[in-house]
Amino acid sequence: MTYEQASHFAQTWGLGLLTVGFAIAVAYALWPSNREKFNSAAHAPLNDGDDDGR
Amino acid sequence: MNFGRLRPLHTNAVIFAFGGNVLIATSFYVVQRTCRARLAGGLWPWFVFWGFQLVIVLAGTGYLLGVTQGREYAELPWYTDIWLTVVWVTYLLVFLGTLWKRQEKHIYVANWFYLAFIVTIAMLHLVNNMAIPVSFSGWFSYSLFSGVQDALTQWWYGHNAVGFFLTAGFLGIMYYFIPKQADRPVYSYRLSIIHFWALIFLYIWAGPHHLHYTALPQWAQTLGMTFSLMLWMPSWGGMINGLMTLSGAWDKLRTDPVLRMLVVSVAFYGMSTFEGPVMSIRAVNSLSHYTDWTIGHVHSGALGWVAFVSFGALYCLTMWLWKKRQVSHALVEWHFWLSTLGIVLYITSMWVAGIMQGLMWRAYNEFGFLEYSFVESVEAMHPYYLIRALGGVLFLVGALIMAYNLWRTATGKDPAVERASDVPAQAVAAE
Repeated sequence: MTYEQASHFAQTWGLGLLTVGFAIAVAYALWPSNREKFNSAAHAPLNDGDDDGR
Repeated sequence: MNFGRLRPLHTNAVIFAFGGNVLIATSFYVVQRTCRARLAGGLWPWFVFWGFQLVIVLAGTGYLLGVTQGREYAELPWYTDIWLTVVWVTYLLVFLGTLWKRQEKHIYVANWFYLAFIVTIAMLHLVNNMAIPVSFSGWFSYSLFSGVQDALTQWWYGHNAVGFFLTAGFLGIMYYFIPKQADRPVYSYRLSIIHFWALIFLYIWAGPHHLHYTALPQWAQTLGMTFSLMLWMPSWGGMINGLMTLSGAWDKLRTDPVLRMLVVSVAFYGMSTFEGPVMSIRAVNSLSHYTDWTIGHVHSGALGWVAFVSFGALYCLTMWLWKKRQVSHALVEWHFWLSTLGIVLYITSMWVAGIMQGLMWRAYNEFGFLEYSFVESVEAMHPYYLIRALGGVLFLVGALIMAYNLWRTATGKDPAVERASDVPAQAVAAE
């Protein structure tokens, strides 16, 4: 693969793939039906057992 | 013995010996707690621990004897690189195996950060250290890369060591220890997911900002600078998420010095991740590069963010693992204030020294000659080096106080740090 081929791929398909990938991650974070799951996950460090001496 | 041999000893001791051990320890603790599962792999976690200590011993002794491949933060010779690969892949398998065994459906966000740290460091280590040894009996090797490709590979590695070792891993600490110690849920779990993915997608491209005004093509320099500037968003999103986790518990900053240490570390995270992108701008970099401004920036991140969040986690772990109600708050107060003062002296003196140094290097006189010789700029920095040394001593004294406090907490019979499980019994007895 030459430099030109590599940079052409990066500037077209590569850019598109990363943009779509990031959009999927943001959609996952903001998806309304995930709200419940994430709200309970936010409490995870607090609910991991009471035998920590406090 | 010279600076060239001591300097990698310093950077590797701080990043890999201290930082690495803190990350291995906290990741093993957090993944077990949040997955409600014991570590996978039987005795293999012990192999990870002792194998990593062997890497550190080989590294430290080698550097003093001049054994180095001359790549910054990747000075390990080829045979230690191979050993580290074995240890690191085992670490990855133990971590993944524990996630696999988990009793919780959702993988808590701190584990995502830890996993990103482990996977990315493996990838960086493998690519940057591709080399051909000159012989099997000697330590010397030649890199597979040459010229500007070599430089770019090295700084792709070097900057992502900052991004994934010193940032992603320690964000794993932030997302577990701050909510736990503050007894408050994560401020916004959705923000933590966006924080994570934005960091992953952006950080890996920022390396070229180390190569401004070099043979690296201009577009690649601009790319590195642009991605560095975009990193402001996840960095500050993460900082806000960490700080706002104290919503409803701000009063604890007054009464709990351990929590205060954790929170101040996040403030330093915000400060140094603001400064970094500024310094990545090509015009700013033309002044700051090669000066002590860089040293100041690194230490605001290393002392303020990485060390403080680690200290906070070490205090927490000592209390939780030895089941003590608290560490000595008086000693933590001394540690906190001495070290904070030390950091402030250190970074402000390095700002002044670095900017002065940069301005002196670029000053021309009316005939177009350089105004100052190099040694004149060194001489001008003398008072700032004294302030820096004082700051460093204060920071070290604070860390020694912590070491004493942790030892005393773990072993002591001090009533202030008595076993928490004894408290109800005594309360009953007193009535």
